[in-house]
Amino acid sequence: MIRVKHLHKQFGETSILKDISTDFQQGKTNLIIGGSGSGKTVFLKCLLGLYSPDGGQIYYADRLLSDMDNNARKQLRQKIGMVFQGGALFDSMTVEENVMFPLRMFTDMSHQEMLHQVNEVLSRVNLNEANKKFPSEISGGMQKRVAIARAIVNNPRYLFCDEPNSGLDPKTAMVIDNLIMEITQEYNMTTIINTHDMNSVMEIGQNIVFLEHGCVAWEGDSTTIFNAEKQEVLDFVYSSNLFKKIRDIQRQK
Amino acid sequence: MKHFREIGAYFLMLGQVFRRPTKGSVLRELIFKEVEELILNSLGIVVFISFFVGGVVSIQTALNIDSPLIPDLLVGFATRQSVILEFAPTFISIVMAGKIGSFITSSIGSMRVTEQIDALEVMGINSLNYLVFPKIIALLFYPFVIGIAMFLGIFGGWVATVYGGFSSSAAFIEGIQSKFIPFHLVYAFIKSFVFAFILATVPSFKGYYMTGGALEVGKASTTAFVWTSVIIILANYVITILLLS
Repeated sequence: MIRVKHLHKQFGETSILKDISTDFQQGKTNLIIGGSGSGKTVFLKCLLGLYSPDGGQIYYADRLLSDMDNNARKQLRQKIGMVFQGGALFDSMTVEENVMFPLRMFTDMSHQEMLHQVNEVLSRVNLNEANKKFPSEISGGMQKRVAIARAIVNNPRYLFCDEPNSGLDPKTAMVIDNLIMEITQEYNMTTIINTHDMNSVMEIGQNIVFLEHGCVAWEGDSTTIFNAEKQEVLDFVYSSNLFKKIRDIQRQK
Repeated sequence: MKHFREIGAYFLMLGQVFRRPTKGSVLRELIFKEVEELILNSLGIVVFISFFVGGVVSIQTALNIDSPLIPDLLVGFATRQSVILEFAPTFISIVMAGKIGSFITSSIGSMRVTEQIDALEVMGINSLNYLVFPKIIALLFYPFVIGIAMFLGIFGGWVATVYGGFSSSAAFIEGIQSKFIPFHLVYAFIKSFVFAFILATVPSFKGYYMTGGALEVGKASTTAFVWTSVIIILANYVITILLLS
């Protein structure tokens, strides 16, 4: 579990995150949603320790992030898997080498053991025949799956995903969403997903934090978001024409 | 003010490069890869430029000797001095600032743009050590490249002089051997080590701290070439004053 208390972050005179407090639960897919410029990415980078907050606390399983020394942070980061928006695969390495990378860096496994582990996670993300291909030789959806495989190969306790569906067609996006949710439950991880895709919200929103102007404007899940009392949340939800039409049809009935 | 801030950031970066080392087995592989990319892949252009510039230096020298009082051995002597003291270590380093420097900046810059550096950091890897340290170690072989440039520069001079009919082979070789000061070689190799360090670190700095997209990667490569060349020229001046004056 990750607990955030009164988090504040500013760049120069501009406050990006203002007094954010929330909990991200273990074994669930926790979504951070909000419009562009709402502070989602800065929030995610603060959680990852890539940005130092200007105020507040972040606890990883009751351990305060800001109190951790370099060694403790290094150990924590080895328990974190991250899926970047663009995949962030190392383009000089093959799919197999990309997925093997965390194992090579942080374990003393033999090459055979590593290969076995890599093949296992690649088959877990339904990617069995791309081992020797380079990231530039596979599709966007496959790249995302490789990124997920790389993120989970070291059995992390925390999985972060920054807009995992961006640039994907709706069908592939749904496959990726379901994959993330299944993996979260299977490995009992604390998964935090940064998204503004309403399909993802519907599909895997087990715990949702809605950010507006750097503040938590609403918290709930995919079943309660359509009845949210906050107008900003409803504006966000019904910014999609599809959802607008569904609402209109339901009202007519 | 901006330049002072950049100089400070550069030295802070150097501090980070030597901290939290990457795992030995991975580092060894990275070093071999960098030796191939930075040293071995540069040999072709070095061989080509050295041979022909050495030839031009000797032809220019021969053509400018009008007086019968000046001995023919001066062509070999002037070629050796030009090649060992300046052409091989400095001129080749400026060329390498374009070749190696822009390669380093664009490769690290692309990694920055595509969040690959963030991926390393999130994994708990010291990205500066992972990316820059192997380049510094690989470029310890740079004086080997300069040695080849020296040999080929003088050889190119001999070929141009002898086969161009400007002087005899014996006179050229006598010129090469005449008044040879071994410390000049030491001076040239000391310079090469300093330039190698500049070649590894300045373009890395420009690539690592760049922001923006593909266009900025191109701009960073150009800036890296300019700054690497300027710093090499300044370092050349300082080293020459310290060691030869």
